[in-house]
Amino acid sequence: MAWKTIDRNEPAFDADAPNVLSDAVREKIRSFFPRYETKQAALLPALHVVQETLGHVSFKAMTEVAEVLEIHPSQVFDTLSFYTHFWTHPKGKKTITVCRSITCELLGGREVLDAIKKHLGVGEHETTADGEYSLVTEECLAGCDHSPCMLINEKLHKRVQPADIPKLLADTDNDKLDMPRSTLFDAPADVASDGASVTS
Amino acid sequence: MPDYETVLLRNVGVEGSRTIDVYRSRGGYRGVEKALKQMADDEVVEEVKRANLRGRGGAGFPAGVKWGFLPKDRERTLLCVNADESEPPTFCNRVLMEHDPHQVIEGIIIAGFATRAQVAYVYMRVEFHEQFHIMQVAIDEAYAAGLLGKNILGSGYDLEVYVHRGAGAYVCGEETALIESIEGKRGCPRIKPPFPAIEGLFRRPTVVNNIETLANLPHIIERGADWFLGIGTANSAGPKLFCVCGPVNRPGCYEAPMTITCEELIMGDRFGQGMSGNASVQAVFPGGTSMGVLKADEVHMKMDFDDPRNFGLLGLGTAAAVVVGDKTDMRDVLRNMARFYALESCGQCTQCREGTNWMYRIASRIASGAGRIEDLDLLEEVAGRMGMMPGLSICGLPDGATFPVRGIVRKFRSELEEHIRGQEPAGAERVLSVLN
Ligand SMILES: Cc1cc2nc3c(=O)[nH]c(=O)nc-3n(C[C@H](O)[C@H](O)[C@H](O)COP(=O)(O)O)c2cc1C
Ligand code: SF4
Ligand code: FES
Repeated sequence: MAWKTIDRNEPAFDADAPNVLSDAVREKIRSFFPRYETKQAALLPALHVVQETLGHVSFKAMTEVAEVLEIHPSQVFDTLSFYTHFWTHPKGKKTITVCRSITCELLGGREVLDAIKKHLGVGEHETTADGEYSLVTEECLAGCDHSPCMLINEKLHKRVQPADIPKLLADTDNDKLDMPRSTLFDAPADVASDGASVTS
Repeated sequence: MPDYETVLLRNVGVEGSRTIDVYRSRGGYRGVEKALKQMADDEVVEEVKRANLRGRGGAGFPAGVKWGFLPKDRERTLLCVNADESEPPTFCNRVLMEHDPHQVIEGIIIAGFATRAQVAYVYMRVEFHEQFHIMQVAIDEAYAAGLLGKNILGSGYDLEVYVHRGAGAYVCGEETALIESIEGKRGCPRIKPPFPAIEGLFRRPTVVNNIETLANLPHIIERGADWFLGIGTANSAGPKLFCVCGPVNRPGCYEAPMTITCEELIMGDRFGQGMSGNASVQAVFPGGTSMGVLKADEVHMKMDFDDPRNFGLLGLGTAAAVVVGDKTDMRDVLRNMARFYALESCGQCTQCREGTNWMYRIASRIASGAGRIEDLDLLEEVAGRMGMMPGLSICGLPDGATFPVRGIVRKFRSELEEHIRGQEPAGAERVLSVLN
C-alpha cells in the first residue's frame, strides 16, 4: 500500500523527547552504509531496526534516523508513510496480520478475522487494552497453499479455522520462529527489545 | 506427463536441502563452476539468449535479451533479484527459497557474472520472515565457501549479495518501484525510458530478474540451451512452476512443462487432484489475479506464453491459479480483487489512483446488494480509461486491475445481472456504509 495512509491513529508527536535511538541502534544503521551507494538507501533497513527495537517509529525516531542518514526528516516520513509495515504509534507486543486476499477469503479468511476481532475485542489497526496484540489485515502473504493463513509477528499460521482462535491466541509461543539465523550479516542490534534502552 | 524429470523442485523433500553440503552433493554449483571457469560472460549471455529463457516474474521478457541491453562500456552494473512475490495467489518463489535457497544463489551468481554485476540486491517482501532467515543463512554459507565475495572460486569475479527487505507494498514488485524502494524512497514506479538496463538503481545500468527466472540458470549452463529448448515448446521453453490453490484437494506448487493445461493443473493426479468437497469449478484465475479469468468451460487453456491471449487474458502472468467454486458469489470475488488494486496503487497517476478506486466502490456497491445493471457498463467504461495499454499510466498495475474486473463483468455478466435483479429493494440503503 501506497497512496492512502493507513494505521494511522494519532502519531506520537514527541519532538521534544530525549533521544530514543541508542548508540547500538545508530551503529547498526551505519553498518548498512557499505552496502549501498547512498546513505538514504539504508532507510528501509534502518526503519526495520528501529521498529524491531523500539516497537514503533515515532516522530522523534524519524528525526534521529534522518540525522544518521543525513537526509531531511520529511524524506523519512515520506517513505515510511508509503509502507504498511511501519507503525508511527505504539503497537502491541505481537502483531497479528490476517490475509484478506482472494484465496484466503474463498477458504474462510473473513470468518477467521471476525473470530479474532470478537475474541480480542479489537478492530483492525487496534491494540488490545493489555498491549498484547495488535490486529491488521494484509494482502496475499504468498501462503495461499495454506489458506486461510495469518502471521503472528514472524510466524505464519496455516489453515487457521475460527474455532482454533482462542487456543491459538492463548499460546504464549505462537510468535516464536525457531530456526537458524544468520550471525554474519543480520545480527540484531545489541539492545533490549522491550523499548527500554533509551540512551545516547 | 509420466516421464517429466523434475528440475527446479528436484531437491524439495530431500533432507537438509537448504544446506550447501546437500545441495552440492546433488550436483549443485556445477553451473557456477562451468560459467566462471570455462565461459566468458558474453558466452553465458548468448547461451541464455539461445535458450529463450523468458522471465518468470510476469512479463515473460527473455532474460538474455534483457541483459543484452546493458551498455557495452559500462563500469558498474547492479543486479536486483525480485523476491517481492505479492501477486495473489503466487507462492512459487517462496517454495524455491524455502526448500532450495542455494539453487537461487547459484542463479544469482551466474546472472551476476553474465551481466558483470558487482552487487546483487535481493528485494524480499517483509512478510517473508522464515524465507528471509533461510536465504540469509544460505548466503552466509555461500560466502564461507568462497562462492560469494571476492575472487569467486579463484575466477577473479567479485560479487556481493545483500537481502533488502521491503515493507508491505505490492507495487514494489514492479521493477522500477523496486529500485526506488531500495534507494530508500516511496515505491513509485519510474517513467520508462530510460529502462533500468541503461539507468536503474543509483542510476547505474541495472538488471531486474525474478527468483524463478534465476533458478533456471544453473541448469541452462550445465546442460545447455538445447536441453532447455527440448522442454515445452520453442516459445514457451523450459521447466516452469505452477501454483494451484482455492478449493482443490491438493493446493501447492508444481513443476511441469508449459504444455500443461489449466484443467490438468486443477484435476491432475500429480497436481491439484480435483475440487474438494462436492464443489465444481465456477471460475479460475490462472495467471495470478492480474491476468483475468476463465470460465469453467475454458479450462482447457494451455498454461504457456501464447494461449492465454486466446481467452481474453493479459498473459501467462505468474502461472498461479486460484479456483473459485460454484457456490461462491462472483460479486464477492469482484469486490475482493477490485479492493486489492485500489489499495495497492501507488497513486501517482490520476487514472490509476482514481480508476482503481472507482472500480472498488462500484464493486462494493454491487457486492453489498445495491448494484444496478448499469454499474456493469460503468465498470467496463472505467476499466477502459486507465492502464498502460491505452497509454494512460506509468506502470502495469492498472492493467492488472482491469483484466480481472473486466473479465468477471464480461464472462459472468448473466450471473451478476441475476443477482442484481434479485436484490432486496432495501439494499440501496446499505450503499453509504459501503462507500466509506
Ligand atoms: C504492479 C506490478 C507488480 C509486479 N510484481 C512482481 C513481483 O512481485 N515479482 C516479480 O518477479 N515481478 C513482478 N513484476 C514484474 C517486474 O516488473 C519485472 O518484470 C520482473 O521482475 C522481471 O523479472 P523477469 O524478467 O525475470 O521476469 C510486477 C510488475 C508489476 C507491473
Ligand atoms: S499506474 Fe498506478 S501503480 Fe503504476 S505508477 Fe501509476 S499510479 Fe502508480
Ligand atoms: S490469498 Fe492469503 S496467502 Fe495468498
